[in-house]
Amino acid sequence: MAVVFDKPHALCDVPFHYCPGCTHGIVHRLVAEVIDELGIEGKTIGIAPVGCSVMAYDYFECDMIEAAHGRAPAVATGVKRANPNNIVFTYQGDGDLASIGTAETVHAAARNENITVIFINNAIYGMTGGQMAPTSLPGQVTQTSPYGRDPKLCGYPVRVCEMLSELEGPEYLERVTVNSVKNVKNAKKAIKKAFQNQIDGKGFSLIEVVSSCPTNWGMTPENALKWIDTNMLPYYPLGVYKDRSNKEGK
Amino acid sequence: MAEKVLMKGNEAIAEAAIMAGCRHYFGYPITPQTEVAAYMAKRMPKIGGTFLQAESEIAAINMVYGVASAGLRSMTSSSSPGISLKGEGLSYMAGADLPCLVVNVQRGGPGLGGIQPSQSDYFQATRGGGHGDYHMIVLAPASVQEMAELTVKGFELADKYRMTSMILADGTMGQMMEPVSLDFDIAPPPEKPWATTGTGMKRKHNIINSLYLKPEELERGNFERYKKYAEIEKNEARAEEYLTEDAEIIIAAFGIAARVSKNAIDAARKEGIKVGMIRPITLWPFPKEVFKKTTSTAKRYISVELSMGQMIEDVQIATEFKAPVDLCNRVGGMIPDPDMVLEAIKKAAKEVK
Repeated sequence: MAVVFDKPHALCDVPFHYCPGCTHGIVHRLVAEVIDELGIEGKTIGIAPVGCSVMAYDYFECDMIEAAHGRAPAVATGVKRANPNNIVFTYQGDGDLASIGTAETVHAAARNENITVIFINNAIYGMTGGQMAPTSLPGQVTQTSPYGRDPKLCGYPVRVCEMLSELEGPEYLERVTVNSVKNVKNAKKAIKKAFQNQIDGKGFSLIEVVSSCPTNWGMTPENALKWIDTNMLPYYPLGVYKDRSNKEGK
Repeated sequence: MAEKVLMKGNEAIAEAAIMAGCRHYFGYPITPQTEVAAYMAKRMPKIGGTFLQAESEIAAINMVYGVASAGLRSMTSSSSPGISLKGEGLSYMAGADLPCLVVNVQRGGPGLGGIQPSQSDYFQATRGGGHGDYHMIVLAPASVQEMAELTVKGFELADKYRMTSMILADGTMGQMMEPVSLDFDIAPPPEKPWATTGTGMKRKHNIINSLYLKPEELERGNFERYKKYAEIEKNEARAEEYLTEDAEIIIAAFGIAARVSKNAIDAARKEGIKVGMIRPITLWPFPKEVFKKTTSTAKRYISVELSMGQMIEDVQIATEFKAPVDLCNRVGGMIPDPDMVLEAIKKAAKEVK
């Protein structure tokens, strides 16, 4: 019998701890599929963040490192500088990458550090139970913005791709989402390119994946995917924000 | 006899690190240790190494975390306020059992403090500096020669025990110039099968991690680590003894304070006062046994420090509170002069009569 669907080799054969409907599982799988397709598992080092995907080190078959909150790009810099032949990726959420680790993110991008960054933006702190994130939308109700995020009080959400695109350094910045089959396919294409860039020595590639958090958004998984379309994407438009190799970036 | 070269303390650290096989240095400018970074910036590109000026102290220690995870010798250096920022990384290094060398060329504090020499990070260094139960091996050089020697030793101990070694120097040690012999016998680093260098599809994945959500596992890890610490306390404590054999008064001092105290001891001896010195070379592990064995003869101790009295607590513990311990100190970047220490010795001499 022909196998039509299988677990990627780069993904460990263990159950994820993620909530039902969470899109981390999809993105993990996409990363693992890309690692398989590029044949790089044996030389890939993944850096897990602090946040919901803190235990990503148990989910990828490649060598893994758990970094302090926000420090993954700095740790990745050390790993890549130590062994430039390794393929090094970080997997970080919005609190990790765009709040406590903003400096590490910006400067790794500015240096055009030859690493791949997978950035999960679900506009909330999931692991700690649903607090306001640097990417929470204006008016978004969270545990620490119970009356809705008030920009007058706590400012506006950070658009990471747009911000980094102003830097001379980074090679490739694209925002994707995974709320439909078509979007999942596009996301995979972007993730693959972000790894291929590193193989080709082109430098810093960051893929922002607009993701859902049904549990902390207080929605069904299906409604959470719809909320991406209706609420997230208007503020976080999909697209390529920088691509040095084809100059078509916005 | 190997040829001697005249070097600044900070440069001696940098060159010795390179000799010890360190090819990855990450730092951030801060007085009075910036010469380490400047030296590395010049040398590393010429020997195929990496010098990277990090965006912050926090990033620098995490870059070291990355290189250490990859199994290579790596270091960062800073001065007091910068070491506070590295505290997070130091704790993670301990939790993940990663070896590295960190240099603290101390300046006065708290806060931004000043840029003159100090020893007021003693507690921070010997008690760990970051959160959680852990130690670092803390080495205290008292000459430019020792700045170099202890750097090599620091890398060796770090690899041997899979933990951080810290050089706890002060601004004087960093800035002063002395002749140095860089003739070291350096053993190659041990194999590091735990390092994340890629599975090569030949082994199960290695994981560098300090997260243990099951309390039993986290507890076990802590107990294991403290077994290792007990070994280190037994095997690695080092001190220099100076005229302690017949001493009724013993000075405890490290780094620049020990240099100053030696002059005062020589002057006091000329006046017939039986005084000596124990100079801890390792601050953690503290050379407890060396102190303990003096308690049968010594009647009084003086802790000479560039702090408000931090090491004095370890002296009291090591001597089991059997004799009084005086404090002779200057702080804020001030250094006790030999006359001040001599006065303290004379005062103590009156007490023991």
